[in-house]
Amino acid sequence: MAKYLLRTFVIVYLFLLVAWPVALVVTNTFDDGLTSLRSLFEDGDVMAALRLTLIAATTAVVINTVFGVGMSLLLVRYEFPGKRALSALVDLPLSVSPIVVGLSLVLVYGGRDGWFGPTLESWGFQVIFATPGIIMATAFVALPLVIREVVPVLHEIGIEQEQAAQSLGASARQTFFRITLPAIRWAVVYGVVLSLARSLGEFGAVKVVSGNVLGQTRTATLVVEEKYLNFDQQGAYAMAFLLAMVSVACIVIVAIIRPKEGART
Amino acid sequence: MLWFSLLVLIPLSAVLATAAAGGWSGFWQAVTNEQTAAAIRLTVSQAVLVTLVNVVVGTMIAWVLVRDHFFGKGALEVLIDIPFALPTIVAGLVLLSLYGQDSPLGIDVANKRSSVFLAFLFVTLPFVVRMVQPVLAELDRDVEEAAASLGASKFTTFRRVILPALTPAIAAGAALSFARGVSEYGSLVLLSGNLPFKTEVTSVRILGSIENDNLAGATATATVLLVISLTVIVLLDIIQRKVASRG
Repeated sequence: MAKYLLRTFVIVYLFLLVAWPVALVVTNTFDDGLTSLRSLFEDGDVMAALRLTLIAATTAVVINTVFGVGMSLLLVRYEFPGKRALSALVDLPLSVSPIVVGLSLVLVYGGRDGWFGPTLESWGFQVIFATPGIIMATAFVALPLVIREVVPVLHEIGIEQEQAAQSLGASARQTFFRITLPAIRWAVVYGVVLSLARSLGEFGAVKVVSGNVLGQTRTATLVVEEKYLNFDQQGAYAMAFLLAMVSVACIVIVAIIRPKEGART
Repeated sequence: MLWFSLLVLIPLSAVLATAAAGGWSGFWQAVTNEQTAAAIRLTVSQAVLVTLVNVVVGTMIAWVLVRDHFFGKGALEVLIDIPFALPTIVAGLVLLSLYGQDSPLGIDVANKRSSVFLAFLFVTLPFVVRMVQPVLAELDRDVEEAAASLGASKFTTFRRVILPALTPAIAAGAALSFARGVSEYGSLVLLSGNLPFKTEVTSVRILGSIENDNLAGATATATVLLVISLTVIVLLDIIQRKVASRG
């Protein structure tokens, strides 16, 4: 009896909090057929925003993947002073407010009075209110996701195989690409998918650093806010629907990968 | 390592440095500014409330996902992760569509304090569930059966056998969801209306200060948030170490 009560409660709770609201966005988008989606794709500014989001997210994900794997190796395989502090600090971007992230980037790389900003600008390289700033903000918030996935797997596989490879004369490079990388493959994929979802949807940090210039530094999430505040609800819902679709797709991909991982080990 | 410092460490220390530049009195003045203080109070109190709800409900959800078996459980698993992956601005819009002015339920929380609560509840949903779930799945059933065979009621078994094993996971999840709640921004932009003194949360307040070129105020408030995040992370680290040392 209690079991069914609990089950019902959980289902109703999740339904009210997550499923129903998300479903409403879908129905709102298709209220008048495909027109709102179509008008979205015909809008040049929206397309520019989508392109920018895609570029920024992809770049940030690539950077985070390379860096994340390297960082994980560093954290698991090597001993050095301050390691514990570093591994704690890696989690910081997950719990820092996106607004604070944006603010901190502006303080350092801002063109007018940042620490490095004026110097970079005199070299003709603008960070804040331009694409590099957006990429940095995105990379910042998605930073821990790959590392968090890879570190436990690295711990688990141990170093016997790597040592064996090395004793048989493999170079560090060969060992990494032939032994380590295949072993952590699924963790990396999982981290990448999560980072991608997070990167595409970043809003707060991007809002601070981007300057929200129409057609140039406006990302997809900023379009949603803009459209809603301008009483273009249909457009906002359509855009939100697109973003939601991508993130749901990411989760489903992850859900499919997970059992595979379990079967492999 | 260099990239990490360029991207994370230096910018964050810039926040602290700028906040410190105003001296202690300047910092104190900025934080105790009536509007800022109201924002911080609101944020922290709502985050605490939401965390409490998450501790109870999150554990229940994890329990159902691990121990119960029924058709459509896989769909629930996906539902749990949606708030994590959904862009926060979309999350705000999504909640607005059900609990806003045109709510089919007749519940309108837009521009009210409860909207902050609702938004926090949505974005922090996965944390406790995802922390507790794996621990619960690995828990040995023998111990529970032993307790039951020795005459313990279901409630006693839960309280004396299961709960102690879950506590670190619950605490870690609670810490994460508190940190996430305190720093939440995107989902509130559309939902809460950001009325000063009433529904303005800390993140929004910081953004307001930035836009008014009040960098000292912004960094001071940001420092408060940073300290909260750091505390949570240190707490998490301690909890994890404790669990690891217990084996």
